[in-house]
Amino acid sequence: MADAAVGKDKCGEQRLVSLPLSRIRVIMKSSPEVSSINQEALVLTAKATELFVRHLATSSYRHGSGRAKRALTYSDVASTAQEAETFQFLADILPKKILASKYLKMLKEKREEEEDQSQEEEALS
Amino acid sequence: MAERPEDLNLPNAVITRIIKEALPDGVNISKEARSAISRAASVFVLYATSCANNFAMKGKRKTLNASDVLSAMEEMEFQRFITPLKEALEAYRREQKGKKEASEQKKKDKDKKPDSEEPDKSRGEDNDDEDDRLEEEEQNEEEEVDN
Repeated sequence: MADAAVGKDKCGEQRLVSLPLSRIRVIMKSSPEVSSINQEALVLTAKATELFVRHLATSSYRHGSGRAKRALTYSDVASTAQEAETFQFLADILPKKILASKYLKMLKEKREEEEDQSQEEEALS
Repeated sequence: MAERPEDLNLPNAVITRIIKEALPDGVNISKEARSAISRAASVFVLYATSCANNFAMKGKRKTLNASDVLSAMEEMEFQRFITPLKEALEAYRREQKGKKEASEQKKKDKDKKPDSEEPDKSRGEDNDDEDDRLEEEEQNEEEEVDN
């Protein structure tokens, strides 16, 4: 299968797609119910992924302050995933980072809450 | 069929380049940010594939095609991608056609002595065919998007 749309051709022109089609195909095929993928669909998915990367990068960069920033950090990306509707599907894989101490405190509070609830239910039944 | 975890990742160098091209010059991208975006891109492919596959199944087809991918973008609320994708599709089809014509021409040249043929005439006819096909594709898209 030719990765025809990758890199620069002999004339040095910009190619349609930079991401390797073979890798995109592997990811697509890992999806359970997919039988086969037409070449055009493969090219379009690769192109869409590039557009997505650009969109996520610029949205994350602009997130929060309107000032020009010098760096793009993980927290910019995570905040965008958590807060922007279009990127909600990423919320689980890009959690915001919190201090371990804070997390342990949250866990403890949650357990106490659950204990109270189950005690209440017992009392009622 | 087991894939190793790294096979589902996209190459760092390409991802970094795409990000850099999207942001202003001189902006530093942390390794974690790049890794996050790369993972997000892989998840995007999975999500788009699953969505496109639903459209293919609705159309009782086993092969994902271009219009399934376009419908998936609509469904995922990435309408902003649709126009550039359609343009890319047209460019890709032209390119494929060009390659096909080039190899057919080579074959012809091998078989007979080189004549001074008029290439423009045949290209005109082919453009009409392409327009018809594009129209058909658009009609198919509309049919499939209807639930």
